[in-house]
Amino acid sequence: MPAPHTHSQECEKLLSGLSDYVDGALRETLCREIEKHLSECENCRVVVDTMKKTVYLVHASEDPNLPAPEDVRERLFKHLNLEDYWQKSG
Amino acid sequence: MNDNTPPHFSLQALRDGDRTEFARLVDAYSGPIYRLALRMLNHPQDAEDVLQNTFLSALLHIKDFEGRASFSTWLYRIATNEALMLMRKKRPEVSLGDQVEDPEDEDLTPSWIVDWSALPEAELLSDETRAQLDRAMRALPETLRTVFILRDVEGLSIAETGQVLGLTETNVKTRLLRARLRIRESLSEYFSERLTKEN
Repeated sequence: MPAPHTHSQECEKLLSGLSDYVDGALRETLCREIEKHLSECENCRVVVDTMKKTVYLVHASEDPNLPAPEDVRERLFKHLNLEDYWQKSG
Repeated sequence: MNDNTPPHFSLQALRDGDRTEFARLVDAYSGPIYRLALRMLNHPQDAEDVLQNTFLSALLHIKDFEGRASFSTWLYRIATNEALMLMRKKRPEVSLGDQVEDPEDEDLTPSWIVDWSALPEAELLSDETRAQLDRAMRALPETLRTVFILRDVEGLSIAETGQVLGLTETNVKTRLLRARLRIRESLSEYFSERLTKEN
């Protein structure tokens, strides 16, 4: 079962700015408010740390340079009448 | 794309029907477009259809492309629309419900407060964790999943994601936050079970 989480207005405020905070896109004054709250609220600290890790895991699990499978690429080039230009990737 | 230096293409050459330039464009973006379609549709054949239709459409409409957005944003927009059309054609009974599945007043309060952030890297990046991440992404309603894929998987900016989907930046941010919170909940539940087993 999930651990109980008492939730204050400060926690709500943190939640609404959480994505921007994790992305480093929050205004400095709001950042400072959030960091002050995090130093006092263990639950929110856990939410922020696990959210940061969630975003990190998504990025780390994907290879942005991975090409489409070879057979899919080959059929694509044929479909577009670009067979002359098809080369194996890598 | 997560690439910091996107390749340059000549819009004029593409408009003039330069096949070499178009082949370069296809080569550069077939990977990201296929990945996006596969993530959205979870079906390799459908993803391939979207991939082919995206570049056919790009070829047909290159003369209308004014270059205000980047090529990648333009291609992502075509691909997303193709994928959504296919999704709704296959599941017309679901499409309407999917739009209203995530009401604005949804309670976002996290339930799982388990600190798994300090687990060893090998465990965090294990095949099992990746499979759980995939399941969590697949479980997102379409409106949240598409934003999450474009922003967090493909690495588009908030503004670019908004351009692709025709959404305001505020809407993108709202959907992204909900998607991330749901994924975090799912991973927290998963790691909580693992930590319980270990102790």
